[in-house]
Amino acid sequence: MAIIADLLVQGGQMLLVLLLAPLLTGYLRKVRARLLRRRGPPLFQPYRDLLRLIRKEVVVADGASWLFRAAPYLIFAAIWVAASLVPTFAIDLIFSWSADLIAIVALLGSARFFLALAGLDVGTSFGGIGASREMMIAPLAEPAMIMIVFTLSLLARSTQLSFVVAFMSGPDVGLRISVALSLVALIMVALAENARMPVDNPATHLELTMVHEAMVLEYSGRHLAMIEFAASLKLLLYVSLISAIFLPWGMAVAGQGIEAYVIGLAVYLAKLVLAGFMLAVFETSIAKMRVFRVSEFLGTALMLGLLGTLLLFVSRNL
Amino acid sequence: MDLIAILALAAALLALGVLAILLTRLRVATPIVYGGSLVLTALALPLAIHHLLFAAGADEQVWLPLGLPWLGSHFHLDSLAAFFLIVVNLGAVAASLYALGYGRHEPAPGRVLPFYPAFLAGMNLVVVADDAFTFLLAWEFMSLSSWALVMARHREEGNARAGFVYLAMASFGTLALLLAFGLLAGSTGAYAFDQIRTSKHEALLASLAFALVILGAGSKAGLVPLHAWLPLAHPAAPSHVSALMSGVMTKVAVYGFVRIVLDLLGEPLWWWGMVVLALGGISSALGVLYALMEHDLKRLLAYHTVENIGIIFIGLGLALAFRSNALDLAAALALTAALFHVLNHSLFKSLLFFGSGAVLVATGQRDMERLGGLIHRMPYTAFAFLVGSTAISALPPLNGFVSEWLTFQSILVSPQLSQWALKFFVPAMAALLALAAALAAACFVKAFGVTFLGRPRTAEAAAAQEVDRFALGAMFGLSALCLLAGIFPGVVIDAISLVTQRLVGAQMPAQLGNAWLSIIPIAASRSSYNGLIVFAFIGLAVFASTYAIHRWASRAVRRSAAWDCGFPDPSPRTQYTAGSFAQPIRKEFGTLVFLARERVTMPLPGDSSPARLEVRMRDLIWEVFYEPIWGVVGFLADQLNKLQLLSIRKYLSLVFGVLVLILLVLALWQ
Repeated sequence: MAIIADLLVQGGQMLLVLLLAPLLTGYLRKVRARLLRRRGPPLFQPYRDLLRLIRKEVVVADGASWLFRAAPYLIFAAIWVAASLVPTFAIDLIFSWSADLIAIVALLGSARFFLALAGLDVGTSFGGIGASREMMIAPLAEPAMIMIVFTLSLLARSTQLSFVVAFMSGPDVGLRISVALSLVALIMVALAENARMPVDNPATHLELTMVHEAMVLEYSGRHLAMIEFAASLKLLLYVSLISAIFLPWGMAVAGQGIEAYVIGLAVYLAKLVLAGFMLAVFETSIAKMRVFRVSEFLGTALMLGLLGTLLLFVSRNL
Repeated sequence: MDLIAILALAAALLALGVLAILLTRLRVATPIVYGGSLVLTALALPLAIHHLLFAAGADEQVWLPLGLPWLGSHFHLDSLAAFFLIVVNLGAVAASLYALGYGRHEPAPGRVLPFYPAFLAGMNLVVVADDAFTFLLAWEFMSLSSWALVMARHREEGNARAGFVYLAMASFGTLALLLAFGLLAGSTGAYAFDQIRTSKHEALLASLAFALVILGAGSKAGLVPLHAWLPLAHPAAPSHVSALMSGVMTKVAVYGFVRIVLDLLGEPLWWWGMVVLALGGISSALGVLYALMEHDLKRLLAYHTVENIGIIFIGLGLALAFRSNALDLAAALALTAALFHVLNHSLFKSLLFFGSGAVLVATGQRDMERLGGLIHRMPYTAFAFLVGSTAISALPPLNGFVSEWLTFQSILVSPQLSQWALKFFVPAMAALLALAAALAAACFVKAFGVTFLGRPRTAEAAAAQEVDRFALGAMFGLSALCLLAGIFPGVVIDAISLVTQRLVGAQMPAQLGNAWLSIIPIAASRSSYNGLIVFAFIGLAVFASTYAIHRWASRAVRRSAAWDCGFPDPSPRTQYTAGSFAQPIRKEFGTLVFLARERVTMPLPGDSSPARLEVRMRDLIWEVFYEPIWGVVGFLADQLNKLQLLSIRKYLSLVFGVLVLILLVLALWQ
């Protein structure tokens, strides 16, 4: 019985991230619009967009190969798996040990790999520019992320997210420079990875500065729906990750019973509301930077992460 | 028994080489030589596997009355040798199978066939050699036969230079190893490995030998800055030999390093680990940057070998550092990571070279700027190359990720090291490793994307044909192994544990008993990874999403011209090229590493001449390390050349003078 309950909770988390991801995107757009004194689209608009897209026919470019048509599903699957391994409302879920934080970062890397290939597949210059720039951002964002993972796992003596979260909510964490450094670095990486301001503008189309949109320019219909869905899942993943690590309170531990799960879920939703609001405020208060300034931005994140790791190599108390 | 059988197979390979000389004019020579190599190495493979898994404790030794009369030839087979025999023969089986089809396209088979089995025999013999003389003989045999293979197409532009640089570097490496063995054998001339192992080495002497081994084995493996020959020589050989040189011969060099430093030298000093770590970190980052700047598919792959060798040496450096601190479990973890990467790299690098060979046969092109769109014409090759690219970019659930993950895990236990220098150094190397891993993904998006995706850039690329079944069989076999090693890593780790037990006296916890076949390097509370579950989850998610979409969504598909923002350009030349793809990375890293400079010349308004973009990059390692040596050697050769044109009187007086000098030295010596 216990294993069935565990599987149900794990399955519930997989469905939860699917359900919440478009909502988070819609909420962000709404808050951003309000901050700009616009009314903004309705909260549930992303769901309608997705539904509309999957009902439409797909227009595939003449030169597209099977990879172009398979990539949306592969990207979606990799990000979905990664997102359902990040603790949301509970830790120690039954499959949480099957991939640690390094593997989650690498899964996102797999998704990016196929997205960039899909950008190159049709052989248009816009797809190429997007893929090339995505692969310029990744070699800085990924090591920065690995360094953040190192900082956190040196502290918690584990790369397993459940143990990291348990450590961060425990009494030993205290005020540490390394944690502060990794928080700043993680936020910077999250902004870059999700193509948010100031790295990329999620609201633009057809502008030479764009990265993510240029890669998916040739996609339409259900393929585009999968890619948009994957993008909002990735945003949810990073928001969940930051709130699970740095706001670790109120999470249920697997097997505690229904009440704990309900409380965990409510706290999780509250965290998403708070984090989404802060992200929207940040995005509206900053201008987008030139594409070649991104390397300085991410280089800073990498250095912060490295500094955090170095401090912990010197002493675990820093 | 295993050892004698392997020696017999090596002898049979040599005989096959001799037979190839006799048959060289016949058309049946190609299938006979490659088929024979395939059978012989396929026989050696189960012997090595059997010895590693079922007879790990029972070392075998054989003495044969060959070679130097007072020394003979010692051979042995222990778990380390067995592991590397598996790597060598697995690569050899795949390459021979591939060559059954690929070898038919060889313009001058007589220049390849005799050396190919000899090369395989040489690599097998290096691994089983048990004294310095046999080791060096086999090593040199391996070098020279591969040199002959590099020179197989010596009339092609650049190949003669590649062969010359390779020969110079190989001789230099062998010289360094010769001196290292000389130091270790001491004045008594104890050249057998058993004697070297048991004798006590002074710290200074051992350090000197260590430095020489770094030079000798490092130059063969391709550590920066000793890598210069590698991107020249590996691509010059026929593709199945390139695969062997890059995927397997560099691993034999790693074997030489591990055998001497971790086995023969005794207890390591702590700074050895630091030197190896530094070389590994620099090689991994520089190797991938060089690869990113490269447009030639085979040279890109060769430079990428430098990166992977760097990753292996990071693991080895960590193992040395842990061992000098008596942290045996951590040393076992780091060594397992390194050896796992040895196996992985031999699999996917061979696979990728096979793919590049297939592209070369189909189009006659190695330059990526003249390829493109091959996924339509060569779907199977494209799929196999994609699997190899994913594996080498360390993406889960394939095998490359597992060994990098293990390396990261061993870095995470390194705060236990007691030396401050190492404590500061290891995180920096970790950052370089993470950088290299991410750049590798960019590099293979470029390699696969520009070669196989997009639209064909030349008529040759548009008319490509899929390659033969043998080549496809070899590629798909290796792809399957990449996936299997990625989702069942516990099997490989448990096999490597038998090696680490011998070398560092510890092993990782047994993995095959873990629930759900996950791997747990230290303890479940520290880290765990399950390739099988990740693979199953991804498969399920793909299946579920595809099913749901096709069940409830529109299934209509319409083909039309590419949209491209409403301004599609019919010419394939407007596509992103390899150069333009790598331009942002060149701007970020290249200005520092290659002193890359771009100059744009725009015509004046009204002038209809084309604008020009010039890029200048400098290979600083070649300029700093090699050109001065090149210059000095050239100068000395010119000076000595004058001695050849003297009159007989001058020669006689020269001989007289030298004789007097030698006698004088002897007299003073006494």
